[in-house]
Amino acid sequence: MGYVAIADRDHDIEHHDPDTFITKYIWSQDHKVIAIQYGITAIFVGVIALILSAMMRLQLGFPDTFSFITPENYYQFVTMHGMIMVIYLLTALFLGGFGNYLIPLMCGSRDMVFPYMNMLSFWVYLLSVIILLASFFVPGGSTGAGWTLYPPQAIMQGTPGTDWGIILMLASLGVFIIAFTMGGLNYVTTVLQARCRGMTLMRMPLSVWGIFIATVLGLLAFPALLVSAIMMLLDKTLMTSFFMPAISSFGQDPGYTGGSPILFQHLFWFFGHPEVYIVALPAFGIVSDLLSTHARKNIFGYRMMVWAIIAIGGLSFIVWAHHMYVSGMNPYFGFFFATTTLIIAVPTALKVYNWVLTLWEGNIHLRVPMLFAIGFIFTFIHGGLTGLFLGNVTIDLPLSDTYFVVAHFHMVMGVSPVLVVFGAIYHWWPKITGKMYNETLGKWHFWMTFLGTYAIYLPMHYLGFQGVPRRYFAMGNTDFMPASAQDLNAWITLSALFVAFTQILFFINVFWSLKSGKKADPNPWDATTLEWQTPDTPPKHGNWGHDLPECHRWAYDYSVPGYPDDFIPQNVPPEDAPAGRQHGVPEH
Amino acid sequence: MEIGLIVLAIMLATLLGWLLKQSFNTTPWVADAVDESAYQAPFNARPKLVALATFLAVATSFFALILSAYALRMELGDWIPMTEPQLLWANTAVLVFASVAFQWTRNHAVGGNAARIRPGLVLAGVLTTAFLVGQYIAWLQLYAAGQTLTANPSNAFFYLLTAVHGLHILGGMYVWVRATVRAYGGRDPDTVKQSIELCTIYWHFLLFVWLILFGFMLST
Repeated sequence: MGYVAIADRDHDIEHHDPDTFITKYIWSQDHKVIAIQYGITAIFVGVIALILSAMMRLQLGFPDTFSFITPENYYQFVTMHGMIMVIYLLTALFLGGFGNYLIPLMCGSRDMVFPYMNMLSFWVYLLSVIILLASFFVPGGSTGAGWTLYPPQAIMQGTPGTDWGIILMLASLGVFIIAFTMGGLNYVTTVLQARCRGMTLMRMPLSVWGIFIATVLGLLAFPALLVSAIMMLLDKTLMTSFFMPAISSFGQDPGYTGGSPILFQHLFWFFGHPEVYIVALPAFGIVSDLLSTHARKNIFGYRMMVWAIIAIGGLSFIVWAHHMYVSGMNPYFGFFFATTTLIIAVPTALKVYNWVLTLWEGNIHLRVPMLFAIGFIFTFIHGGLTGLFLGNVTIDLPLSDTYFVVAHFHMVMGVSPVLVVFGAIYHWWPKITGKMYNETLGKWHFWMTFLGTYAIYLPMHYLGFQGVPRRYFAMGNTDFMPASAQDLNAWITLSALFVAFTQILFFINVFWSLKSGKKADPNPWDATTLEWQTPDTPPKHGNWGHDLPECHRWAYDYSVPGYPDDFIPQNVPPEDAPAGRQHGVPEH
Repeated sequence: MEIGLIVLAIMLATLLGWLLKQSFNTTPWVADAVDESAYQAPFNARPKLVALATFLAVATSFFALILSAYALRMELGDWIPMTEPQLLWANTAVLVFASVAFQWTRNHAVGGNAARIRPGLVLAGVLTTAFLVGQYIAWLQLYAAGQTLTANPSNAFFYLLTAVHGLHILGGMYVWVRATVRAYGGRDPDTVKQSIELCTIYWHFLLFVWLILFGFMLST
């Protein structure tokens, strides 16, 4: 086995010990501080998006009740909710937040390879968030084009926010992509170049694998969004006709010639589908580590898990048109994309089986992170199964514009990654802050969130089968819908409000823990990965004190027979502990 | 979208193939002593080179996707092929010389011939600036001829492609300025050498991109 590790070459990585408050916490180049900055910003906008979704639900559950929700507002809420959740919360939190925190610590390096660029990445991200939020306050308000921003309606009169909202949205996306690229170059280079001695690629924890491949996807897919944003910006401001067809608006000719809205859809989804996996792969990786740690068992099929991540990453680039079945396409294309879409189910199902098999006969500790990880398996299977329905052209066509789709993508890329986010925060909280949180409060938070999301999304599937259309501000005269659909909508709204308020428990826990939480043990979960073996908790600048760790084993030496502890950290040399499982033979 | 797909497929296949190769025939569950002699750093352990290579992959994806859009948009009815200004041939030659100048500077920097570094850097910078000015003049000529941005989608793509290509060169010029200031400020030759090496790769890449873009626009 060839070792690939060079982080001990300290001169390759610049380090400046921060001395003032400003360089330590504000203009910080320390990956841990940047991770926290990313995390706080992302959660902040995420809360805004959560409030927006509550407003949408109020309108849907109790139409004609709230005079402050106009149709224009409603579409603005829908748009901003979707865009914030997908990009500014989940992408930023998984890669900017967890990527930043975990990659150097799990790989045994002192910091990201380019700390200055890492700092810049956060500040540019913050700028993109500010531009985005500014669009609420410009004349005409934020854009209401839907999170997919389809032209021509995204920039035509009649859609809310076509004056400034759409311009700020596109500009904000462009700025975000610059920020992501700076961060992404760092994550990729750090994983490839700064791992500690002995940390071969195939000894990396799956969290790092997930984040790494997701970053690669992001680096290659975000340019598609950038291209479409630039072109749409030109269409809007300089009247080019990349996407805008010859069209008349309110009886007038705005001057566009024969552009192609379908071209935008291709570019958008060429980014948009890999984006699903940019969010999902880090969640897959993190959940694998949570399950293994709290079940005290090695992850089942480590190599398969790695290859599945790689395969999903590759496949995610050739399925994008399954978002466009309703736009109309050559049936052979439809067949092709349906096939590739369903093939993705193979590596994904493999991962699910392996998670379940990891739990099998494990010594399961139902601590808060574990609850969230197991909850994720449930919601992800549900979301994944409905994906099998929608991947087929003939089933997608009637369902595409109904609440079935809303339920599907919220289960698979809304609820599931968010459960992992919470699980991961609870899991690494003792390391990040050095404090323990309140276990009981955490468990309440889990159960209310988990059951609450089912109360929201299970009925939504049924609404979809009833044909209740999504995106509508009000249902109007729709005889095909039974009156009970409205009751169900009211129920969903109440559940959604319940879940939204439940999140307050999380924030109470955070503040309680910071203020009066018990001091955390350096390794409270008896975990094997390197971030739990740091000399200080929370780790100081440079992470490892004087000497970098050496990695001697994979991250999953749990319950190894013949060793007194039920875990062997990755930096324990083989002469001090048995050599793990030999030649792939399970011990049972 | 075929162009973008093919280019991305090649890049992804390269990386994923490399990863798979790394991961086959491994036994991750076996613990191991760290053997001093067994260290081998990937890509000769040069983070900046890896970061540049990664960025080139991002830029490749970016340009390939614009070309995909170009190819798709071209098939629609209102497309009138644009006649590219003859000046672009001269600009192309200038950019080739800029690339050659960087290569020449790099060879001297690697060979330890410090005296050639400064004039080489200046020459490369002047040629690159000349290219950018030339591109701008080409824009002015087109505008004077009524070939404005909105006159036809093919024009819009021409302006877009030249603009984003020029912006990438401007980004490279930032590194060039830093390297030149360092070279004249008498900074440690190794740092300057590394900047020059990275610039040379980047310039070759942008020349290659320009040749593809120019060829694509000429042939359509």
